[in-house]
Amino acid sequence: MIIKDVLCPFCGCLCDDLTVEVENNKVVDVKHACKIGTSKIMGHDRIKAPMMRDDKNGEFREVSYDEAINESAKILANSKRPLLYGWASGVCEMMKKGVLLNEEVGGIIDNTASVCHGPSALGVHEKGLPTGTLGQFANRTDLVVFWGCNPVQAHPRHMSRYSVFNKGFFTTKGRKSRKVVVFDVRKTDTAEMADEYVQVNPGEDYMVISALRAVVADKADVIPDSVGGVPKEKLVELGEAMKGAKYGMVYFGMGLTQSRGKYKNIDNAVSLITELNAHGKHSILPMRGHYNVTGFGQVCAWETGFANAVDMSRGIPYYNPGETCSNDLLMREEIDSAMIIAGDAGAHFPAQSIARMSKVPVIQVDPFHNPTTEMANIVIPTKVSGVELEGTAYRMDSVSLRMRKLVDVDFPSDEEVLDKIIAKVREIKGASS
Amino acid sequence: MSEMLIKNATVYDPINNINGDMMDIAVKDGKIVDSVGGSAQTIDAGGRLVYPGGVDAHTHIAGSKVNVGRIMRPDDSRLNNKPRTKVTRPRTGYTVPNVYSMGYGYAEMGYTTAFEAAVPILKARHTHEELEEIPIIDKAGLTLFGSNWMVMDAIREDDLDRLAAYVAWGLLASRGWGIKIVNPGGGEAWGFGKNVSGLDDPVPNFEVTPRQIVKQLAEANEKLNLPHSIHLHCNNLGKPGNYETTLATFDVCKDIKSKRDRQSLHVTHVQFNAWGGNHWGDFESKSEPIADYLNKNDFLTIDMGQLVFGSATTMTADGPVQYANARLLKARWSNGDVELEDSSGVTPLEYHPQSYIHGIMWAIGLELALLTKDPWQVLMTTDHPNGGPYVNYPMVMTMLMSQKRREKEMAKIAELTFERTSIAGIDRELDWYDIAIKTRAAHAKVQGIIELGKGHLGVGADADIAIYDIKPDETDATMEFDKVEAAFRHAAYTIKGGEIVVKDGEITAVPKGRTYWVKATAPADGHERMMEDLKMKFKKYYSVNMANYMVQDEYVEHPVVFETGYQ
Repeated sequence: MIIKDVLCPFCGCLCDDLTVEVENNKVVDVKHACKIGTSKIMGHDRIKAPMMRDDKNGEFREVSYDEAINESAKILANSKRPLLYGWASGVCEMMKKGVLLNEEVGGIIDNTASVCHGPSALGVHEKGLPTGTLGQFANRTDLVVFWGCNPVQAHPRHMSRYSVFNKGFFTTKGRKSRKVVVFDVRKTDTAEMADEYVQVNPGEDYMVISALRAVVADKADVIPDSVGGVPKEKLVELGEAMKGAKYGMVYFGMGLTQSRGKYKNIDNAVSLITELNAHGKHSILPMRGHYNVTGFGQVCAWETGFANAVDMSRGIPYYNPGETCSNDLLMREEIDSAMIIAGDAGAHFPAQSIARMSKVPVIQVDPFHNPTTEMANIVIPTKVSGVELEGTAYRMDSVSLRMRKLVDVDFPSDEEVLDKIIAKVREIKGASS
Repeated sequence: MSEMLIKNATVYDPINNINGDMMDIAVKDGKIVDSVGGSAQTIDAGGRLVYPGGVDAHTHIAGSKVNVGRIMRPDDSRLNNKPRTKVTRPRTGYTVPNVYSMGYGYAEMGYTTAFEAAVPILKARHTHEELEEIPIIDKAGLTLFGSNWMVMDAIREDDLDRLAAYVAWGLLASRGWGIKIVNPGGGEAWGFGKNVSGLDDPVPNFEVTPRQIVKQLAEANEKLNLPHSIHLHCNNLGKPGNYETTLATFDVCKDIKSKRDRQSLHVTHVQFNAWGGNHWGDFESKSEPIADYLNKNDFLTIDMGQLVFGSATTMTADGPVQYANARLLKARWSNGDVELEDSSGVTPLEYHPQSYIHGIMWAIGLELALLTKDPWQVLMTTDHPNGGPYVNYPMVMTMLMSQKRREKEMAKIAELTFERTSIAGIDRELDWYDIAIKTRAAHAKVQGIIELGKGHLGVGADADIAIYDIKPDETDATMEFDKVEAAFRHAAYTIKGGEIVVKDGEITAVPKGRTYWVKATAPADGHERMMEDLKMKFKKYYSVNMANYMVQDEYVEHPVVFETGYQ
């Protein structure tokens, strides 16, 4: 069976033009996807059954779903500061259930943006986000800047579908329609393909952005000979090129959000874009990682008013990054249990946070074995969304699309598992109140 | 079989010409009926005020730009917070409430239906995801067509059948209710940071004018026999002197004949479009010529877009106006261009009574409502959350009912306001019947949902009923405005589809609302030409495949489909 127009459950590009061949309920071929997307859809080692262990150094034993779910509910219901983290590799339908579970347990719900584009959200709180949909950029941009991101490796089809090589209504010559500039601390493969590579000293992006703002404001005389390792002449040339663009686009990644300056870098970059709009059209877009990390921010915002790091311990949604993000809480040793779902804290959190997680009960809900499994007490395998389950995901530009189901499996969905945990938590809390 | 009897109600139901009659209302299985049996649940209204459930024909309650507002404004999400109860989820937000608060807030005021006024097709799925999560109220969305490439190409080639076919397809794709036009052509021009300046300023690269876009979409609207007319946000919104463009835009539709018992043009939030002066320095009200036009012509309706002092989050598909606002106010700015379709922007702001510009804007909204003779022609809205959040409707209602209440507000407002407006000299005071028109009956008529049983209490109508803790016979609304406002803020009962959802101002049940959308048949030959063009545009210019574009049934769980079409 050939299934067309399949969406890819890998990165924030959420490509929707894949063709997948399924034989005997198994994916045998994937066309048009990048290598990483293909690998994800083709599948690899799954966690076969729910598992539990009492001692984190001990061996897992296989258990029933009911046992694993009931035990998870018990842990969460009896915790004072449970953390519900992850969410990025699942569909929006399960995220809604996550927000509800967080209300039931009075915990903290946070997603992978916490260690990725969380600072971008803070920049948005400060300055907003002048952006658009990827097709708008594909049809119009004549100047493309990649700042602290490397789509060749992280978003392999981004440049061909949306940003660099594609042809559009006003960009009929594809790659030749655009000038491409890369700002990065190292010469990535993306930088190799650019017209200009600008090497910025590590942690000095903020100053470089400020210098560009000075050029755009016709205040180049205040710029010293070199800023952030970039010569003044180069900054003036680039600032003027931005100012002269018909449609300039900045895509940025964790090189900007997680280096020195963090959200202030984004605040400054958004200011640059806002000011540039007095000259031509300009937009900016974070290069989101997981295929539906954007979706979590959307769902959490419409459900709670806040896009992530929502603390329900006061009975109303409370949000204060620096206080209510996963690592703030883990490092203060407040967290007394954690559910890691559709995300991998074990691989991405700092050592101090991992140390705390190693001391508290950890529940993992995920189709795959990963570093979080090593810290888990309970492991609950679920369906792979977008391969084994239909549902909604948001592309990096906040366009939502419906993912398709390609094969049938016996695993429950994340949503089903959460539904059961919620029911059990209500039962426990109801009995104790 | 659930039955209910509301006894001793003082009923105002303008669609059925009921003006303060003391009567009983019988309800069976969610509908109004002639009579019910003796075992029916009984509510004794005790002479209190009873209206049909409120209808809001123009509000921004769901979708991409609303969520951008939430994400950009954690400061707003900290306001108005309430913990969950046994029936409700936690509530946050004042200008951009979370989905739960959105539904509860409307229901508490006795409202049961609301129209989201701007849905880009590409982002309609998101809009429906939020609409589904808004509890209690029924909803619909108006689909944006005013800067759409498919629309402009069909208009340039003067192919009305192809245009109508695309509108029908766009409504299906977005599960939309009607044609929304925002700053016609301006959204496309904003694609390269430009705007259009008036009705005859050609849209760059598309060789059509805003005048053609308005006229031909209005014609396509009638060709498809849609329940609502075109819903238009004029060019030059937010610019001093724009009333001339507004009046000229009215004239564009003067000769369009409506196929239904409704207007052929609805112009929205006209407060923002009735501005005189050449710049902010000589900014003044031009509500009088607008009201004068309405008084002489019955083919069009408008809504107020009333300003409410305090915090607002402006959000509109008018991308350029939001950039201008953000620069002027040095405010946060989010922009949201939608490929091939439209633009949008979101900017928070604060309306200050001591700013004469804000004072004049405040006055214009009320002037439009009070100077226009026919109450059916001017709907009460705040263009939530552009003029202010919808939770302030009760205050606006009392402003319309009481000159004293207006005077109280005027005492706070910059004096220059009164040199440049006529509000201080207006003594008209609307009555209970007028308010029923302005907050439910006219909204239902303008949107074409009377025949679906909305906005009235006739036999067969939806049992959407608001009972307010006030006795019209004993209450002088012109003097006791605080009491009236308190009653409107917290309905004694809100009944939605025969179920009590609010009692004594508190939410008691949270049923799921329904979503209305229009399925229109298009002229066959136009459809073929349209599909050819559409497939080409998806192949070459859209960033999603056509097969993944249309809103799937899963996103509209409680649909009500209105079938109509080309005849």
